[in-house]
Amino acid sequence: MAILQVNDIHKCFDGTEVLKGVSFELESGNALAIIGSSGSGKTTLLRCINFLEKPTSGSIVLKGESLFDSSAADDWEKDLRRKRLHFGMVFQNFNLFPQYTALENVMLAPDLLAKKEPDYRSKKALIRENAEELLDRMGLKERMSHYPHQLSGGQQQRVAIARALALQPDILCFDEPTSALDPELTGEVLRVIRTLAENHTTMIIVTHEMAFARDVADRVIFMDEGVIVEEGDPASVIDHPTKERTKQFLTRYREGNIE
Amino acid sequence: MFWTVTLTLLKGLLTTFEIFAYTLLIALPLGLVFAFASMSRFAPLRGLMNVIIWIIRGTPLMLQLIIIFYGPGLWLGHNIWSGDEAGRILATVVAFSFNYACYFSVIFRGGIQGVPKGQREAGQMLGMTKSQIFFKVTLLQMVKRVVPPMSNEIITLVKDTSLARIIAAYELTFSGYSFMKSDGITWPLFYTGLFYLLFVGILTLIFGKIEKKLDYFQ
Ligand SMILES: Nc1ncnc2c1ncn2[C@@H]1O[C@H](COP(=O)(O)OP(=O)(O)OP(=O)(O)O)[C@@H](O)[C@H]1O
Ligand SMILES: [Mg+2]
Repeated sequence: MAILQVNDIHKCFDGTEVLKGVSFELESGNALAIIGSSGSGKTTLLRCINFLEKPTSGSIVLKGESLFDSSAADDWEKDLRRKRLHFGMVFQNFNLFPQYTALENVMLAPDLLAKKEPDYRSKKALIRENAEELLDRMGLKERMSHYPHQLSGGQQQRVAIARALALQPDILCFDEPTSALDPELTGEVLRVIRTLAENHTTMIIVTHEMAFARDVADRVIFMDEGVIVEEGDPASVIDHPTKERTKQFLTRYREGNIE
Repeated sequence: MFWTVTLTLLKGLLTTFEIFAYTLLIALPLGLVFAFASMSRFAPLRGLMNVIIWIIRGTPLMLQLIIIFYGPGLWLGHNIWSGDEAGRILATVVAFSFNYACYFSVIFRGGIQGVPKGQREAGQMLGMTKSQIFFKVTLLQMVKRVVPPMSNEIITLVKDTSLARIIAAYELTFSGYSFMKSDGITWPLFYTGLFYLLFVGILTLIFGKIEKKLDYFQ
């Protein structure tokens, strides 16, 4: 069964409808890539799924549990923190906490969560170990005690990925993780995400990197003007699109007209 | 003569320091309240606060001081400030606190709004509570943004205390000036300047230390 079911999500910002009924499913261990031109609603969709934004209507089911259902009278605010913890989020501009070192950035949230538990002392060492291991996996063993401003964009983004992984989310979301990076730094971040995909981390990746999406994703969604236009395995959507709008988008992309 | 002058100036310095310290003590928290009011989601409160801030920042502090000190007496028929030194200092502190709270509120607001929205969102996605986000994530970033403009404002306050002379509070400048009037000598004025420089110098040092402390991140 799908780990995540998103049903008919609508989102309006003061009158203008940005998402016009988006539905999809995500299988556990799969990577889903969302592509589409600027302003098509990719970020908004991601923010609706991981509870940074309240959808105007629709429903979200995670592991069989309804997290959001606009037709039921459940409160969006209720258990918001717990619901968000199902998701990890990697932002376009990293959003690392500048006053903490790389290691502290990764440890902060697990530490705060563990503080409420009785065996906090014994857990503390474990949290640190786990954080160090994550940073090591990101290739940042030598950079753990650096502050964000002392790191390159690519390194910062890898710390951000480690930070999101530290809470062991069910689904890891990326919003254009490489678009704020210099071209020569995108590779190191994409490599890390590729490794995560090989280890079957469940992921939703909004990206403009078509080659990367085709290689790494199990499924690809093409969005335009707030709807899913085309969906399928990467080879069919990216190499053999059937819809006119997808074709246009990909042609413009190949001609280098997409930022 | 030198000792008489020094003693008088020290007394004046005490008054200056009193005005300075009480004003800070009141204006800092009040400024934070004003900042929140000026960002309130309740439009009438926000509007009112911004008009008040606009008026206070748009008119001279000296004018405000005169109105606060003499106004009540003329409107109510009796003075609410006692005529002695304490009353004059109190009136000064009231006027200064209100004025400086308005200036501080703008600085606080800048500090609060200057922290990128993404910082809060990152905290939310990491399951942090509102208070954890405030204390562990945004507070220090706000402090870092607020310290440099705040130190400028506070140093201006030291010099603004001399405005209290206008309602005859015996602060530092008044003390130095009194010798020129009574003895026709000017050197106490320069001596007075030295006191201010020392006061401001110490503050500059302290703020420099704080800024340096916060230098480790960007
Ligand atoms: N908070 C908001 N208030 C009002 N309108 C918004 C808000 N956020 C997004 N929008 C609008 O919604 C539309 C979709 O924006 P969104 O950021 O989701 O697009 P996107 O596909 O992520 O684009 P990009 O590739 O540029 O990141 C845009 O027209 C945008 O102006
Ligand atoms: Mg976007």
